[in-house]
Amino acid sequence: MAGKVKWVTDIEKSVLINNFEKREWVQVTENDDWNFYWMSIQTIRNVFSVDTGYRLSDDQMVNHFPNHYELTRKDLMIKNIKRYRKELEKEGSPLAEKDENGKYNYLDFVPVTFMLPSDYNLFVEEYRKNPSSTWIMKPCGKAQGKGIFLINKLSQIKKWSRDSRTSTFVAASSGKEAYVISLYIDNPLLIGGKKFDLRLYVLVTTYRPLKCYMYKLGFCRFCTVKYTPSTSELDNMFVHLTNVAIQKHGDDYNHVHGGKWTVSNFRLYLESTRGKEVTSRLFDQIHWIMVQSLKAVAVNASPSLTSSTANDRILKYNLINDTLNIVAPNGDVPDCRWNRSPPREALGNYQVLYDEELQAQSDHGERDLRTRSGQSLGSKGTKGSAGARPPAATWK
Amino acid sequence: MDDGSELSLSVAHIVRRLKGSHLHAQIERRAKECLHQPEIRLDSLREDVRRFLRTSGWERQLQNAVYRELQVQRPPSHPAAPLEHLKEPLAYMRKAQACWEKRVLKSLNSMSAELGVPLARMRPAAEQKELTSKWNEMGTDEPDLTSFRPVFAPKDFLEVLISLRNPNYDSSEDVGVRSHWGLIQVPLDVRDIPQLRRAYAELNLTTGQLGIDDHAHIHPDLFENEYLQIGKKVVVEQDSAAAQQYSRQGCSTGLRADLWALILNSNNQPQDAMHYEQLTAGVVQHDLLVDSLIYKDVKLTASNDDYYFVFEDFLYQVLLCFSRDTAVLEHFKYNSATPPRSFVQGKGEDEECAVVYPPNGVIPFHGFSMYVAPLCFLYNEPSKLYSVFREMYIRYFFRLHSISSSSSGVVSLCLQFERLLQTHLPQLFYHLRQIGAQPLRIAFKWMVRAFSGYLSTDQLLLLWDRILGYDSLEIVAVLAAAVFAFRAENLMEVTSLGSAEEERGFSCAIALEDRGV
Repeated sequence: MAGKVKWVTDIEKSVLINNFEKREWVQVTENDDWNFYWMSIQTIRNVFSVDTGYRLSDDQMVNHFPNHYELTRKDLMIKNIKRYRKELEKEGSPLAEKDENGKYNYLDFVPVTFMLPSDYNLFVEEYRKNPSSTWIMKPCGKAQGKGIFLINKLSQIKKWSRDSRTSTFVAASSGKEAYVISLYIDNPLLIGGKKFDLRLYVLVTTYRPLKCYMYKLGFCRFCTVKYTPSTSELDNMFVHLTNVAIQKHGDDYNHVHGGKWTVSNFRLYLESTRGKEVTSRLFDQIHWIMVQSLKAVAVNASPSLTSSTANDRILKYNLINDTLNIVAPNGDVPDCRWNRSPPREALGNYQVLYDEELQAQSDHGERDLRTRSGQSLGSKGTKGSAGARPPAATWK
Repeated sequence: MDDGSELSLSVAHIVRRLKGSHLHAQIERRAKECLHQPEIRLDSLREDVRRFLRTSGWERQLQNAVYRELQVQRPPSHPAAPLEHLKEPLAYMRKAQACWEKRVLKSLNSMSAELGVPLARMRPAAEQKELTSKWNEMGTDEPDLTSFRPVFAPKDFLEVLISLRNPNYDSSEDVGVRSHWGLIQVPLDVRDIPQLRRAYAELNLTTGQLGIDDHAHIHPDLFENEYLQIGKKVVVEQDSAAAQQYSRQGCSTGLRADLWALILNSNNQPQDAMHYEQLTAGVVQHDLLVDSLIYKDVKLTASNDDYYFVFEDFLYQVLLCFSRDTAVLEHFKYNSATPPRSFVQGKGEDEECAVVYPPNGVIPFHGFSMYVAPLCFLYNEPSKLYSVFREMYIRYFFRLHSISSSSSGVVSLCLQFERLLQTHLPQLFYHLRQIGAQPLRIAFKWMVRAFSGYLSTDQLLLLWDRILGYDSLEIVAVLAAAVFAFRAENLMEVTSLGSAEEERGFSCAIALEDRGV
C-alpha cells in the first residue's frame, strides 16, 4: 500500500520526533486517519478503557498493549506471577518443578511479597518468623522511585493494619492495592562498594505467539553513596535506590556519565572478577526471567524518554530507531496481517529474546528448559554484530 | 667477560636478592617439616627433599621468584659497573633527569610555601578517627582543592624531552634525506618495522589473537576454545614464564586477573596483606601534601570517566598508600630518577634531616590515577589491587615519566613513534608538520598514560596483555602510530593543531596495527 506513514504523538521528545522525521513520515493529529500513535500512559488508558470500546483498524499501530499495566503495577505483577506459577504447576509442567524445600527450581525469581492492605495479616505472620529482617514498601502505581521506603519495625506500617482506626489505605473494595511489601535483599552485589540496578529494554511485538526482543545496549545505574545495610541508613534513599530521578538530586551526581555503566562494561567487570561461566549463567537467568514474566502477561509502561546525558540521548535515539525498524519495517504503513518475524539483519541492536513461533516448531517443553540453561542466548549471541570485519576498537 | 663468569655473577646476584626473603624462610621450613615424612630417606636425602619441593609446588614458586628478579632488574653485567649506570648509562640523560627533578621539587616546595600547607603533618586524634570511619568512602570528602595545581602536566614534560641533546653527537651530517622531522632529537636506537615483526612474531597475521579472532562471526573451535583451555592449564600450573608467553596472544577475560598476578608474581602472601594494613595506618596517622594532589587528580580524571568513576574510592585507597610505601624506593636502583629529598625540622632540636618525600619517592602528576583505574576491573580486593598496581608501576609505568635511554622509556617511545610515522606515512607527517600540528604533541599524552582513558577498557586490557607479554612498552608507540595511520585520510584535511586534536572517533583494531604497520 503506497503512501507515507501518518504519525501522532502526545509526547514532545526529540528522540521520537527526529526518528519519525528521518523516515519522512507525516505528522497528523489524533482525529485524523493515523497509522502510528506513540501514546503516553494516560492516552492509552483512555483509548483502551472499557467504556470507549475503541478498536484499532488493520493499518494502525500503537506503542503499548492495552494490558500493559498488568506488569507496571506492582500488585498486578505479583498476582500474575503467582497465578502463572500455579497454572504451570496444575498443568504438571516441568518448569514448575520444586526442590525438597518447596522452592521453585526455575521460577524462583521474586522475593517474598505481599499486597497491602489485603494481605496485611499474612505479612505479619511472615514478618514474625524473622523480626530482624528489613522489608521494602513500594507504592503500586508509581515509578521513578517515588514513595518507596524501607522498614524494619512493624510499627512503621501500623497504618496499614486493618484494625487500625487511623487507617489511610485506599478502601479494599476498590480492588486496587496501595502498596506491595517485599523482603528486602540486603546483600546485593556491589561494585566499587555501590549498589546498582540494570535498565534493560525489551520490545514485545506480539503476545500470542510471544515475540520479544532485548536491546543489547542496556545500562546499569549506580547509587552515588556507598552501600551499607546498617539500619541507621535505612532512610537514606541515595544508598538504597538507584533510580536516576532520585540520584540526580544528590550532591555527588555527575552529569558527564550520569552514574551509569553500559551492560558491556558490567559484563567485562563480572567476567574479569568472577569468571566467564558464572557471568554467562547470570545473563541467561536474566533473559529467562524476562521471558517468564512476559508469559505471565503484561507489558511495562513507558520507559523514560528523558535523556540525562549526551550519551543517553544517543542511546535512546538509536533505541527508538531500531524499535521502529522492527515494528514498521521498510517504513511501511502497518498491516496487521504481517507475520512479524523480522530477518536478522533488520534487528539492529536488538537480539531475539524469545520467538514462540520458532519454538513451536520443535519439541515445546524440552526447548523451554534448554533455553533456560542458556543454549539459545549464549554469550556469543550478545557479542558483536553479524558483520564481516571485527568490530573496530573504540576511542572514547 | 666470558659467559661462565657472567652467569655466576647473575646467580650470585639473584641469590643475594632472595636470601632472607619470606619465600626463602617458607621453603626452609617446609623442607625441615618434610623430613618427618616416611618417603624421605637418609641415603637419598637431597633428591627426596628436592622431589618433595617440586611436587608440593614450592619449586615452582621459587622458579617464579627467580624469574621475577630476572625481569625486574637485570643483574649487572660487570662487577665494576657503577650503580648509576644501572639507573642510566648515558651521562647527558642523567643530567637532564636531575634537572627535571629539581624543577618538580621546586614546584612542589613553592606550592607548599604559597598555600601554607606543610609537606607532611601528623593528624590530630579526632581527624584520625574520622578518616578511619570514612576509609571506604573517601570520595565523599570534598576538601577545597581549588588552590592546588598539579605539579606538572605531561606537556611540560614533553618540552623537556624535546630539548634533549646529546653533546657528543654531531647532527649536521643528518641534514637532508635522513633528517628527522619530529620533535625528538636524540640518536637512540629504536626498532623499525622489520625488526618489530621479528620481535613480535606472535602478533603476525597467521597467529590467533584474542580481541580479533574470538568475535561472534568466527567459530570458537577455530581458535578461541583451544586457546582458553591452554590458558586454564597455565593458571593451574602457576608458572610465571608460561603465563607471560601466553599473554602475548591476549588473555581471556575470565583468566586475565590470575594470569597478570602470575606474570607479576603477585601471589596473595599474608605479609602483603599485612604490609598493606600498615600503609593504611600510615595514611590515617599522617597527612601529606601529595595526598591533595592525588585527590585532585582522581576528581578531575577517573571520577569523570565513563568506565572508572565507579572505583573512585578504591583509587584513593591505593594511591594514598602507594605514596607512603618505602618498598617502592627499591626500584630507584634501575630507574634513572632519584627520589626527591626534603628537609624536616627536628622536633625541639635544631637538627635538620633529609628525608625522601614523599616516602615512596614518586611525586604524582596530572593523570597518574589512570595507571590504577583499569586494574579495578580485575581486582576488587584492595590489598590485591594495591600489590598488582605497585608491581606494574615498578616494572613499567615509571618509565613513562622519567628521562632515560631504555627502549621502553618514554624518550625511545616518542622517537619510535615519530620514526614509524615518518617512514610509513611521510605525506601525513609532512602535512601535519606544516600546519604546526606535530604528531607527537597529539600522541604524547596517550603514550604517557599507556592509553588508559583513551581506549575502552576491554581494548586497553588487551593492549596491556601485550605489554606484560613482551615485557616492553614499545607496543604503545606502535599503537600510537597506527592510530594516525587509520585516521590518515581525515588528518590530511585538517588545518590546525586544534582540529587535529579534535579528531574524535579515532578508531583502531588493537592487533591490526601490529600487522598492518
